[in-house]
Amino acid sequence: MSESAAHSVARFARAERLVHRSVAILMGVCLITAVILYNGSLMLAVGHRHVVETVHVWSGLALPVPMLAGALSAAYRADVRRLNRFTPADWRWLRSKDRRDGTIRVGKFNAGQKVNSWLVAGATGVLLGTGALMYWTGLVRLSWRSGATFVHDWSALALGLLVLGHIAYAVRDPEARRGMRTGRVSTRWARTEHAAWVDELEDRSIP
Amino acid sequence: MDASPSHGPDGAPVGRRVVLGLLGLGALGVVTGASVQDGLSRMLAPVQLRDPTGLTSLVPLGNTWRYYSVTGAVEPRDASTYTLKVAGLVDRPTTYRLPDLEALPQLSFTDTFHCVTGWHVPDVPWRGVRLSDLLDRAAPTDEAVGVRFHSFDGTYSVNMTLDQALADDVIVALGMYGKPVTHDHGGPVRIYSGSMYGYKSTKWLSEIEVTDNDDPGYWEARGYPLDGIIGE
Repeated sequence: MSESAAHSVARFARAERLVHRSVAILMGVCLITAVILYNGSLMLAVGHRHVVETVHVWSGLALPVPMLAGALSAAYRADVRRLNRFTPADWRWLRSKDRRDGTIRVGKFNAGQKVNSWLVAGATGVLLGTGALMYWTGLVRLSWRSGATFVHDWSALALGLLVLGHIAYAVRDPEARRGMRTGRVSTRWARTEHAAWVDELEDRSIP
Repeated sequence: MDASPSHGPDGAPVGRRVVLGLLGLGALGVVTGASVQDGLSRMLAPVQLRDPTGLTSLVPLGNTWRYYSVTGAVEPRDASTYTLKVAGLVDRPTTYRLPDLEALPQLSFTDTFHCVTGWHVPDVPWRGVRLSDLLDRAAPTDEAVGVRFHSFDGTYSVNMTLDQALADDVIVALGMYGKPVTHDHGGPVRIYSGSMYGYKSTKWLSEIEVTDNDDPGYWEARGYPLDGIIGE
């Protein structure tokens, strides 16, 4: 183990960072164009509805592409598996008032990160499906298009709030951002935030 | 490099269940959403009408208007200088000022506004001049088969067949909700066609041109149905 490795641990593989960056850009474009399309004052100030709509639709259709392409990476698949699994300790962490004091030893992802990932994945799927029904107006009858608009609006609002929350947590934690930017985090940060994960890494490095 | 935990996955696959659950809920929402939205809308309409903060317009509560513009910001036209041209294949081309239009017989009715993408606004009170009255006065020639509406935004136009344009529920709208049509809604003068989707009801109307064709308009050229009849 090299000296720099002792002070820091690998958190995200290059493929995962690439997926994160692509999704972030596409999600940002989707949300900004969504606000313009939805808000009457902004729409009338910006105009060019067809251009805004086309950008929105194609960024939306592209959004799942990096999410799915990530499956080519073993590290990405392993992390998706971790996010998918929920333990009794995760429930305790979610319900606990002082969840950040280290009493509950957290794995690579805490329960909040897991729940966020599920909601983002589910909302993305719902928005993709309802968006397709709204865009290709010949697919289903009018009342279903009305239903699709209803679901699309509320899911978009929910997803927008999730993304804002995600950004707010990232702004407060430079080391977490460094993990997503460079792939490595300090061992000290990892011990504080994800103690069980560090244990796991050390278990594996001991012969 | 990280790898999967050596002792295998831990805990239940709750994530997959949540994602599938959300997709199911979304599908249910598509099927039932229209009636849920209408119910919400009836409940919330009194609140929204009296909401001084305007906050209720920021969330997708109830059946609210969405304002569309296909160009940059549209320069408002003043009611006092506004003119509407009826031209093309007609014997008597005419230019109307707003008072001229106000002096013609007015038709008032309440109707649900439908957008082709699915949103709608129930119980919208409209007032205006029947398009058929204006067309009768202009006297289309024998070659006339279509009508093209032009917007003073400089870009938008839409087609109807002459027969569709002569229908009883197609008006050159001057009033909406008991007031002059606002700029955001396409005022001072716009088209409203009761049996067609919103994209057929040209906003910021500047000219009604009688033509020898039924060529597609702005959205029709971008994939929307040529007839735009609600429910089709």
